[in-house]
Amino acid sequence: MNPLETLRFAVGGLAANKVRSALTMLGVLIGVAAVIILLAVGNGSSQSVKDSIEKLGTNALTVSSGTGFGGGGAGGGQSSSAATTVKPLTVDDARALADPSSAPHIESVAPEVTSSSQTALYDGASHDVSQVVGTYPAYFKTSNSKVGKGDYFSADDVLNSRKVAVIGSTTATDLFGTANPVGKKIVLGGTPFTVVGVLEAKGGTGFQDPDDVVVAPLPTVQNAFTGFGSVSQILVEATSAGATTQAQNEITTVLMGTHGIKDANALDFRISSQQSLLSTQSDTNKTFTVLLGAVAAISLLVGGIGITNIMLVTVTERTREIGIRKAIGAPRGVILGQFLAESTLLSLIGGGLGVVAGLIGSRFTIVGIKPVIIPESVWGAFAIAVAIGLFFGGYPANRAAALRPIEALRHE
Amino acid sequence: MRPGLRQRLTGGGKPGGHRATGGTARAEEQEEIPGTDDGPWGRPPVIEVRSLLKTYGHGDAAVRALGGAPDPVTGVSPGVDLLVEQGDMVAVMGSSGSGKSTLMNILGCLDVPTEGRYLLDGIDVGGLDEHQLSLVRNRKIGFVFQSFNLVPRTPALAQVELPLAYAGVKSAERRRRALAALELVGLADRVGHRPNELSGGQQQRVAVARALVTAPAMLLADEPTGNLDSHSTEEVLAVVDRLNASGRTVVLITHEDEVARHAKRVITLVDGQVVRDVRQAPADGPPPALRDPAGFLSAAPHALTRGGAV
Repeated sequence: MNPLETLRFAVGGLAANKVRSALTMLGVLIGVAAVIILLAVGNGSSQSVKDSIEKLGTNALTVSSGTGFGGGGAGGGQSSSAATTVKPLTVDDARALADPSSAPHIESVAPEVTSSSQTALYDGASHDVSQVVGTYPAYFKTSNSKVGKGDYFSADDVLNSRKVAVIGSTTATDLFGTANPVGKKIVLGGTPFTVVGVLEAKGGTGFQDPDDVVVAPLPTVQNAFTGFGSVSQILVEATSAGATTQAQNEITTVLMGTHGIKDANALDFRISSQQSLLSTQSDTNKTFTVLLGAVAAISLLVGGIGITNIMLVTVTERTREIGIRKAIGAPRGVILGQFLAESTLLSLIGGGLGVVAGLIGSRFTIVGIKPVIIPESVWGAFAIAVAIGLFFGGYPANRAAALRPIEALRHE
Repeated sequence: MRPGLRQRLTGGGKPGGHRATGGTARAEEQEEIPGTDDGPWGRPPVIEVRSLLKTYGHGDAAVRALGGAPDPVTGVSPGVDLLVEQGDMVAVMGSSGSGKSTLMNILGCLDVPTEGRYLLDGIDVGGLDEHQLSLVRNRKIGFVFQSFNLVPRTPALAQVELPLAYAGVKSAERRRRALAALELVGLADRVGHRPNELSGGQQQRVAVARALVTAPAMLLADEPTGNLDSHSTEEVLAVVDRLNASGRTVVLITHEDEVARHAKRVITLVDGQVVRDVRQAPADGPPPALRDPAGFLSAAPHALTRGGAV
């Protein structure tokens, strides 16, 4: 018996019960396709989060007030910290950081105050802006915010506390609809602002819509909403993505000076980079992807058990045929090979079609996520499916081969 | 495998003197290795059975299927002794439960005896493992069953090629021999038909072709005509007669006198023991139906019962 003949017998065996074979293959198909698609969805979502974080700028650093490293920030419970008082960040801190002699790796600095939930009015239309940011023009570059229409406000606007604003795309659509907002006057929390520009849509999967924002000069916002005093955070842009570590060290040194801190372990501010945010996000996504993969792997396993089940039925059904074959001299190995070939063929065809279905299915956007196929998952799922066919077909095939011819022939 | 066994297994059938008409067997004759079989005592018998016993179950619950009741004094069963010569055509008769099916299963190496020795074509079958037994079944025995037992969904030609495929014969040679075998049973025009497209008689003839295609030492037929009408019975028996005339050893298991009439020798089993052994024609030479066709036809079906017991 050469392998080709064994294969021909196997195809004949499968063709004898077309519906049954097709349904068994469907089980494997769904399993393989599920593994490929779900892993692609998980991968796609982590890619999109990564992209949206990168949009914020990879060489940006955020300095915020608070103690400890990544710990509990501002608030009451600072008992473990050596810092007795927390000095808030001020515009002077920002000015100190902007000094190129003491911090050569810092490109630009933008102090930032934020005020949330101000109501914007325009010509009868009303919109609750989720975030009002008061800052310097450097903010736009540092936070990777680009103006689509109109222009940024200038340093001159900041110095003169002009009531001008750059608004986010969501805010623009909600207030103006399709009309061009540039040059129009809006009333924000009782203060009139002239819109000078509209930011490009950033989009994002975050909790907060990054496009629902109004950006205005720092003193204007302080004057109108937050009052003059501390700033909520300082955005710092490093000269390059590779210089973020040096920039971080320089910020620490400068701010320890301005805040009069001697102990490097008792800082009253925190520096976070997009990099750290990125790694946190990718960890979360990895968990998500593994979870999806596990669910898909279970369906693949169920498909494999389907093969065992069907092969057991086939062996029982064909007991007599096995008896005949043994009576005319089929050795044990040939019977074993024939049934193993059948089950492997089931998983091979099912797995192959599953790969095709998975590749096609991954071309569609699923729950807002564009799936990105992981090539290893395609090979892996296919190989596992074939291995499952061999493994799960082994038991029924062994049972068939071990049948005694006399009993098999008597079987009705 | 023991030395010599492989040679014997691959040596094919042991041709008798009048084998010339056996078309499918010619290739086998050429392959035969001289000297392996002709020992100092001449050719071995095809079947040599010594004190064969077969029981099912153990202890008090044991059922004696073959070998007869134990001797009341010694407690030993006499067992079955049987010797079948090359070229003979033997009918084993007996009522239901007489042990003829058990004997057939043991002779066909489908079952193993509880006790006793069985030499098939000079090979002691008792000492063989499973793989060797499958080789023996493939090369030495051709089975014909009552219920045809063709492989479902398989055309006649592939059906007949199957034993050769298991024997590892090359595709072209296999096809040639299978076609010759089908021609021999008169089904050359039905090679592409599946079992469900053939009549009972045709199916049984395909089974006969499959049984003889490997040129086995013997053809073992278990009630070959049990499921057939009288016309198909005649067709199948005519094929078997021709095969025997060409030198093939045939063992028929039957309970029909009409079938046993065709045999050269009739063995009757009762309760697992041979009670009668009647020779109707010499082992060498054509079977009764071909020896005197006119006389055979005119004889009454129950003529057999007049034969005396040995």
